[in-house]
Amino acid sequence: MRKGTLKQILLITDGCSNKGEDPSATASLAYQQGITVNVIGILEDEQSEQPEGLKEVEDIALSGGGVSQLVYKQALSQTVQTVTKQAMTQTLQGFVNKELQQILGQDQSLEDLEPEKRGEIMEVVEDMGETCDLEVLVLVDTSASMHDKLPTVKEALIDLSISLNARIGRNRFAIFSFPGKRKDIQKVFDWSPALDSISTIFPKLTSGGITPTGPAIREAMYQFGKKSLLRSFRDEDEPGMEEA
Amino acid sequence: MKMNQEWKKLNSDIHSGMHIQGKWHKQTYVIKRKLGAGAIGSVYLCEANGKLAALKISDKRSSMTVEVNVLRSLGKVQGNRLGPSLLDVDDWTAPIGTKYSFYVMEYLQGESMASYIHRHGKEWAGVFMVQLLEDLEQLHQQGWVFGDLKLDNLLIVSSPPRVRWVDVGGTTQTGRAIKEYTEFYDRGYWEMGSRRAEPSYDLFAFTMAFIHVYYPKRFVKGSQPEKLLFRKLDEARGLRPYRNVLKKALAGKYASSSQMKREMLQVIHDTQKKKQKTRKQIQQEKEAPFLLEAGGISILAGAYYLISLLFQ
Repeated sequence: MRKGTLKQILLITDGCSNKGEDPSATASLAYQQGITVNVIGILEDEQSEQPEGLKEVEDIALSGGGVSQLVYKQALSQTVQTVTKQAMTQTLQGFVNKELQQILGQDQSLEDLEPEKRGEIMEVVEDMGETCDLEVLVLVDTSASMHDKLPTVKEALIDLSISLNARIGRNRFAIFSFPGKRKDIQKVFDWSPALDSISTIFPKLTSGGITPTGPAIREAMYQFGKKSLLRSFRDEDEPGMEEA
Repeated sequence: MKMNQEWKKLNSDIHSGMHIQGKWHKQTYVIKRKLGAGAIGSVYLCEANGKLAALKISDKRSSMTVEVNVLRSLGKVQGNRLGPSLLDVDDWTAPIGTKYSFYVMEYLQGESMASYIHRHGKEWAGVFMVQLLEDLEQLHQQGWVFGDLKLDNLLIVSSPPRVRWVDVGGTTQTGRAIKEYTEFYDRGYWEMGSRRAEPSYDLFAFTMAFIHVYYPKRFVKGSQPEKLLFRKLDEARGLRPYRNVLKKALAGKYASSSQMKREMLQVIHDTQKKKQKTRKQIQQEKEAPFLLEAGGISILAGAYYLISLLFQ
């Protein structure tokens, strides 16, 4: 049986947007298309309080149906994974809740069930999380202030791919950076089943202070288009056929 | 950061002396003190009906449900030895309205493995290795992999000294993706294997736990992770007898814990033999000067006797 595919945008940034439409609005648009938007905000080492500008991080994830987290760059690897997995569970639980509401009535959700029954349902959710296919589009802010964080970002993404590829379900990753040279986003790494092959270094950093987060999310949404996906799925089937 | 805020929230919601009553089963627990905190929730010592127990509570309710599922299925297959036994599962709403899930388990009292080995002697390392491998063997046979095996999750209970697992939250079904791990113990981090749940994943973490005993501050991987691990293993004196077996475990050469246990037992047997031998040699060396001394004394005594005869 073919299981469904979960689609996620993972936005990694260190500041707030200052160009184009409101990122929360584009995030909620993406969510309506079945794409979850997760956001990781990277803090400077000396930032101890939650800075005002990073409030946006939480807002984008809220309207994008995803998960948000602020971290120092040292903890990025673990956070990228927790956020991605949490978002998967959250999405799947959302599906299950909808089904439950149809059976049990409008205001019943998974968490209103008694612990024993909840346990049985969570087992199903976990099974789905393990076996479903997943597409993650990573959207990395490459404005000047991200300069010293990009090597860590790269490492964290390779680590994410190690974790997700231990699952039974199939994965597909792509990396885009923003702002692009002439466009809103720029392709760094095309759809592929693993990230361990990224030798590509992120494109040259943009010196200006432009951070068009909103337009970037909008463009990212279209990258889930069928064409490139079809191609990459075909790519993956080839070795399988050789084996046969 | 967000996580920290959640912990702060939890801390202000729960303090010692307060009563927590379950929504479904109506059991009341009196909170005594905090025992620890992890990625998912905090563990408190509590009392119910005059008995002490450990209570884990978190507002990450679906993660809690997953943990309870693991504890339940472990409890079904093997009595209670592999993890703490599960006593109750319930929900609780804090006075300010935050909803929590909690579960109550057996309270295990003991000492950390590192301090036990340092206090009672390095030969205990071998004993605990065999005990752990035995438990892992059982777990693996049931189709599970421990996952987050680390010093923090192990406890030595006394009389007789035995390793117990305190937190089995990371336990994952074989063949799936490891649910929870700690970087230092994770073979993916050391670039020495995948994060798929298989017995060899646990055996790697097992070895790292014993390395951690001798390097309490841990160390980072550097550019040649495998070389570094092997060197650290060679330099840990307490692990010298076991190092060949441990190296094979790091390299993923053991497909099962029973295989590793067999070789470990052999090694322990051989080192004990060697020890006995050296002890004998030492005794012989000790005896030699004693004989010399005794001989000398009797010669002197004999001469004295002869002289005394002459003067009679």
